[in-house]
Order: sequence, then structure tokens, then C-alpha cells
Amino acid sequence: MPTTTLTRAPAAFAPRLAFDPKWLIIGVCVAVTVYLGIVPLGFLLWQSFFTPQTAAKAAQFTLGNYQRAYGSAETWVLFWNSIQFATGTAILAFVLGTLLAWMNERTNTPFKALFFALSLIPLVIPGILFTVAWILLGSPKIGLINLALQRLFGTDAVFFNVYSMGGMIWVDALHYSPMAFLLMTAAFRAMDPALEESAVMSGANVWQVVSKVTLPLVWPAVFATLLILFVRAIESFEVPALLGLPVGIRVFTSAIYQAVHRYPSQVGLASSYAVTLLLLTTVGVYFQSVLSSRGNKYATMTGKGFRPRQIDLGPWRYLAVAVFLLYFLLIVVLPFAVLLWSSFQKFYSVPSMEAIQRMTLEPYRTVLDHPGLARSVWNSLLLALGCATIIMLVTSVICWIVVKTKLPGRWLLDNIASLPMVFPGIVLGLSIMILYLYLPIGVYGTIWILMIAYITRFLPYGLRYNTTSMLQIHRELEESAAMSGASWATTFRRIILPLLKPGLVAGWIYIMIVSIRELSSSILLYSPGNEVLSILIWELWENGQYVELSALGVMFIVALFVLVMIAQWIGTRFGIKEG
Amino acid sequence: MLTVTGLCTEYVGEHGQTIRAAQEVSFEVPQGKLFTLLGPSGCGKTTTLRSIAGLERPRSGEIVVGDAVIFSSVRGVFVPPNRRGLGMVFQSYAIWPHMTVFDNAAFPLQVGKKRLPRQEIRTRVLRVLKVVALDDMADREATQLSGGQQQRLALARALVMEPPLLLLDEPLSNLDAKLRERMRFELKRLQRELGITTVYVTHDQSEALALSHSIAVMNGGRIEQLGSPREVYERPRNQFVADFVGSTNFVRGTVSGADAVPGFYRIASEVGNLKARGVDSLKSGEEVVLSIRPEDIELSERRQDGENTYEATVDQKVFLGEFIDFQVKIGGRSVQSRAHPSLRTPVGERLYVRIDPDKCVALKASGEWAYE
Repeated sequence: MPTTTLTRAPAAFAPRLAFDPKWLIIGVCVAVTVYLGIVPLGFLLWQSFFTPQTAAKAAQFTLGNYQRAYGSAETWVLFWNSIQFATGTAILAFVLGTLLAWMNERTNTPFKALFFALSLIPLVIPGILFTVAWILLGSPKIGLINLALQRLFGTDAVFFNVYSMGGMIWVDALHYSPMAFLLMTAAFRAMDPALEESAVMSGANVWQVVSKVTLPLVWPAVFATLLILFVRAIESFEVPALLGLPVGIRVFTSAIYQAVHRYPSQVGLASSYAVTLLLLTTVGVYFQSVLSSRGNKYATMTGKGFRPRQIDLGPWRYLAVAVFLLYFLLIVVLPFAVLLWSSFQKFYSVPSMEAIQRMTLEPYRTVLDHPGLARSVWNSLLLALGCATIIMLVTSVICWIVVKTKLPGRWLLDNIASLPMVFPGIVLGLSIMILYLYLPIGVYGTIWILMIAYITRFLPYGLRYNTTSMLQIHRELEESAAMSGASWATTFRRIILPLLKPGLVAGWIYIMIVSIRELSSSILLYSPGNEVLSILIWELWENGQYVELSALGVMFIVALFVLVMIAQWIGTRFGIKEG
Repeated sequence: MLTVTGLCTEYVGEHGQTIRAAQEVSFEVPQGKLFTLLGPSGCGKTTTLRSIAGLERPRSGEIVVGDAVIFSSVRGVFVPPNRRGLGMVFQSYAIWPHMTVFDNAAFPLQVGKKRLPRQEIRTRVLRVLKVVALDDMADREATQLSGGQQQRLALARALVMEPPLLLLDEPLSNLDAKLRERMRFELKRLQRELGITTVYVTHDQSEALALSHSIAVMNGGRIEQLGSPREVYERPRNQFVADFVGSTNFVRGTVSGADAVPGFYRIASEVGNLKARGVDSLKSGEEVVLSIRPEDIELSERRQDGENTYEATVDQKVFLGEFIDFQVKIGGRSVQSRAHPSLRTPVGERLYVRIDPDKCVALKASGEWAYE
């Protein structure tokens, strides 16, 4: 049947084209998207070919940055470290997440529903707080795990050192394991057990079923999950910065941060690191998109409801419960408990009877009296609300163009809006910093530069949430509005936006949460006076104010948790299926 | 009332190729009549309707409603759909799930150029909801309606503007069989009572025959035949129309000469010599294909007299309740016949066949149309 829409290319034979607000709205949204998606990348590339600009000397073209970057053995160490770190993290997070997902979806482990809800909690804890908590747990000198084990075995050997490649992988993998859990849960749920059952009915034994049916079917999901985790790990900043830098283990993200924060700052060198990092993530994201576009071939969804066959673990199911409990302990209970403990101390000290007697609320008082707190909270909220709202509205229009029209070049628009996905947070921060250093429009050094960074960074999420909903809106629903005499703007406001609501609200909430936690772009862009909450935590850490940091962290986590609860509540009220 | 002239509409398909969906489509619908575009999927009927609606931009041609030119490639006119003021019912009904029944029906009155006072809108919406018997459900959520009710709401929404022209895109195809039959009568009654000029698109020939004042049978983007339901059914112009509208037997033959009755010919066919009506004038020796409807092949256990009578044997039969389908062999050629279930001749037994010459249509053999 014919596929077209009410907006074909601007009328070829409609000589007097009256001004239509439609073109203004579409034009502004497209311009914003193209500007945000392309300009920072261009500036980054450009900058990596120039010498630093100083008062005395103007910037000159050079290949020196790349020569220096690739000529030095240091870069190859960085490269090797980054790959090692990202691969290790991806594999460990994948193994953890898959094991939990399998136990949750395909076995009769008791209390599964509860575990599913619990394993989502860590998604709320910001990376920097999780890392700090694990320093308090796993540092060789003050780490509680080491101290407990040392007391238990009566030695002073160091059992676990978080300041090492192994420690970095461990902490980052734990932090990303809920994501692996969610992705693999979806994969397990999407698989129709009839596919396995029909193999059994054809006479295949368990091994043949697994090797000929199950594995080939889940392989794309496995590979996609590994790629996503790899990209996330290679982009992560908090763990390498807090755990790696003190002992000289540098990866690209932390090296970029160091290059910028050195005096004089070496933006060119940082840019050439950033370009390399960008290449790595681009390859990852590219393969991921190839994989998902081939996804149809592997589509195992039949659309009809089925109940996956569950494996009876027998007595082993108590072991499964124990694994869940241990996981929950490592990822939520211990980190939160250690922050909570430390937040009640005047100076950080390990738990003991005396320490319990010294418990105090003073850190909370100090934090609440902190001159920057109210401002950071206000800034964080303003940024989160502002960028979530702008992103969801702009991407709803972009997504309408991509999904509903046949305009030539709409696929390009889709790709441009998704482009920021390949930007690691710190690379985006760097590009935007460079851009507005050169572009004298008064954005640099204000809160608006953070707003621009957040909007750019989270634009692809907004697009994804809106696309899912937009695809479900039948073409005829807006055509019937046109037939009823409604203009484009009226149709968009009264038909499209209300029908997009589930996706809009879900995406809005998600972007709120990720912007409040954002650190790796903000770290290069904030300036005194416009700190956000995550920067305040970073500063407390740099100043060694551990107890105040813990107090702030506890309040932050509780507040985020309440926010998510409210979001869930709103979600159920608006009938959102997807969390 | 509606005049479509030389309409050509193309669109770009999935793989970037140009699809000629409607080619040189021309027809006219007089005031108050129901006109049907009938054809298989992909024949261009929906594209033609959407071109009238303004949802597709035709490449060339002209569309006039009343005395307003809403599209003309020569004069460079293209009125956008929201300025055409036509009513349309979509195949999916396109009922907005986030609105109540009342809001759905009131929407066209709220968004148009001229704003009506709230009270006026209320009166008109309730009036149109009464017409489709939904007035007591005005405050319900639209999603609580059944399929048939949604269909009526879509109709109410299309009628509330009191449009000069109503466009219906397969409005009954999403209903189950029983309901479809009921709505068919309902729709016909409503159209005749309101006297609203209507263009109706369907692939269901029985719907087209039941509802229309006139029918255009479309195939491959072109109109194959234009006429009243009876004309299209009883005097198909070609094999496509004969095959698509109703079921038929195609029998090959050669013209042996003109009959004494004007317009009739004597034909030597696979089932024997017979007399048939010619659609066009035919010459002796010309190859033809005869179209004979199963219900026009009369079966009897007694010998029949008169023209076009044959002896046959029962090959197979299928009992279908209200009638019985016989597969009978006449002179080695098997044909299908529809008989009253009281005829109980067993398989293999002999029967007598009579075919009314008036119901036996001789078509020029096009060769491209595969039959049997």
C-alpha cells in the first residue's frame, strides 16, 4: 500500500506558500540538532591539528600533537591500559549480569521478583560515590575488607588492593553489571522456548540444543551486550581517575583530564588523545548498530505471550539465593553502609567501639552549611529539568521527521542526532570547552555551557525513547487530524505529543537522572560559581573531606532514590510500560 | 459533484523505485451518490482516494469538488488536506485513544478556520453522535468502544463538519463477518438518508455490489470498467473484471458466426456449441473466452429443451448449507455450477445443463489473463 505523508517536499507547484509555523518549528529543531551534533566534533578535529594559542603566539597548524601522542611509548601504554581495562570490565560485568539474568529468568530461584527490583537500585548510585565507597572498602590501608580479613586471619597482608588494574576492573564491572543484567534479561525474555522445544522434539540432546539453537540465537545479544559494556567502560572516568591516577595507571579518559588540568594546559595533546578514544568508541558503536540492524534476522520474538521453561535447580537454588545476596551485599549494602558509617564520623575512622561512641551529625551540618551546596543543588536541578525538557521536545520533532516523513536526507538527520552517542563524556566536555573558548558568545564560564553539553550528550537517549513511541503511532491517526481540518502545529500539539506521552515521560525521567549524576563532561566545563552536585562531591574528594563527602553522598543517593520512586509512581499513573 | 480527470499519482517505494499507483484515472460522482473504487490490493484504489483527500500529491490531473478546484496540475493548485473540508473514515478508524468519544467527534469543529461557540459545538456533536447511535456514550473513553462502535465514531467524526464529500477507505474490513454485514446495511441506510456524496474504497466485491450506485473496477492503477453494480457483474468488459467481481467459469471458444438476435453470436466452445452475448462486436473465426457464472449454469435431472442445453456428469460436489457446489463435466470440460441443496444427484451420475445465452458473455481473448 502507498506510503507517504501529508508533508511532501515543499510544494513544487503551490506558488503562494503562506508562512506556516510548521517550517519554523521544524527548522529550529533541525538546526539545533545539526549544530549540537556536528560542530563540537569539527572543532575537536580542528584543534588537534593546531598548537596551543597563547597571548604571545597565535595557533599554528601542526601534526605535532599526533606526532607527540603516537611517537611516545606513553600513548601505547595508555592504549594498552584502556583496552585492558575496558575488556576486563566488559567481560566481568557480562559474566555477572548474565549469571544473574539466567538465574532470574530461567531457574526457580526463590524470591526472584524481589531480586529483580533490588538489582536495579545500583543504577541510581552515581559512579563517583560508588567508587569512593569502594575505596573505603578496598583500599590497602583503610579498606574495611582488608581490615576485617586481617583481623580474621591475624596477619597484616593486603588481601585486596583497589588501587590496581584488577581493582579498577572490579569496581567498574560491579557498577555496570546491572546494565548487563537488564540487557541479558531482555535477551532471555525475547527467546521463545518453543524454538528450543522443537529442537528437543526433533531428537536433539541437551548439548545439541545449546550449541545448535540456543547459542546461535542469543549470540547477537551477547555480542551487542559486550560491545555496549566495552564502550561504557572505555568511556568511564570516575574509576580510572580516582583509582588509577594515584598509582599511575592511566587510561585515555584520565589522561585527557590530566592534560587539560596541567599548567600550561595541553589542549592539543588532549585533543589527539580524544580523537583516538573517539575512534575506539566509534568502532564499538558502529558494530553495535550493524548488529542491531541485522537484528531482524535473529528476531526471536513471536509477539505471542509465552512462559519460558524454567529449570528446577533443586537444592542448588539455595546457593542461587546466596549468590544473589552476596551480589546485593557487594553492590548496594556494603557501599551504602560504608558511606553511611563514614558520614557519622568527625574524622574518618574504621568501625570500632570508640568510633561508635564518637558518632556525630557534624558532617551533615558542615555539608548543609557549605556555601556551595544550595547553589549546586539549584544548578543540578535547573540543568536536569531544562535539558530533559528541551531534549524531549526537540527530539520529538526530529523523530517525527525521521519516522513519519519521506523527506530526503532524513536518515542523515537521524545519524546526526545519534552522533553524540559515540562521544565519551570527557571528550564531549573537551570539544565543547574548545568550541566556546574560541566562539565569543559569552557561554564559556557560565552554567549554559553545561546545559549545552548535557543536551548534546543526552540527545540520543531522547531520540531513542521518542522513536519507540513514535513508531507505534499509526499514520492514519495524524492523517485523520489533517482531514478534520487541523494544521500541522495543531496536529502535533493535540495528537502527536499526547500519543507520545509514555515515551516522553519515560525519557524525560531517565534524562533527569543521568544529568544529575553527570560528572565526566562537567569536570572540564564548570567554573567557580556554577558547580553542580557531582562536581561538589569531586571537590570534597580532592580536598580530602571524606566524611562531608559521605554525608552529601548519603543525602544524594536517598534523594535520587526518592526521585526514582516518584518517577515510578508517575510512570504507573501515566501507564508507562517501560521503566 | 466530484470530478476526477486524468489523475496520475506516483510514489517512491521501499527500494527507491517509482511506483505508478494511479494512471489516467477519470470519473465523476453525481450529487448524493455512492461511488465505489473496487480492486485487489495494490490496484491504486487507495491512492486515488488519498489523492482526493489531499494526503497524496498527484503528479498530474485535476480534482474538482462542487465548483472548487482542489487540485489541478495545469493551474498549479494544491489545496492541503486540512483546507479541503472533506470527511474521511480510515481503514484503522484512527480514533484518538487519548480522547473521549465526544472529544474525538468534536475535534474537527475545534481546529477549523472558523471557531464555533462551545454550545454550538456541543449541539452539533451530540446531533451527529445520535445519528450513529453513540449519543449515550459521549463521555466514554474512546478506547472502551467495540470495533463496530469505533467505526461509527469514525463516521460521526467525518460527518460532523457536514462535508460536501465523504471518503471511506475500507471502513468495514476490520470488522468480523457478522458485524460487517450489519454495518453494510447501516452504512447504506445512512448514506441514502443523508444523501451525502460518497467515495468508497474496498477490495470486497460483495460490499461494492451491495452499497454502490456505481462502481469503478481498478487494476494496475487503471480503471478497467465503470458502471452500475448490475452492469459490472452481468456484463464484465474483460476477463479481469469477470474474475474479480464474483466467481466465474472461463471457457475457450471460437466465433462461428453472428446469431439472428443482434449482439449475440454462435460459438464453438470446449463445452460444445453455444449462443452467447458479445461485449464487443466479434468476427467469425475470432478466439474468445466465455465467462459463465456458476449460478447461471442450471442443473436438472430431467432433460431440458431450448438453446444451450447439454448433458453432463457429476464430477464432485461440495455441500455449503445454503447451496451446493457441483463440479460437472460437459464434453470433457469441467465447470463449476451452483445449485439449490435439494438437488442430490450422486457423483458419477448424469445431469442435464442449461445456460441462459443472456448470462453467457463472450470476451475477446486477451491471452495474458490466466484462467482455470
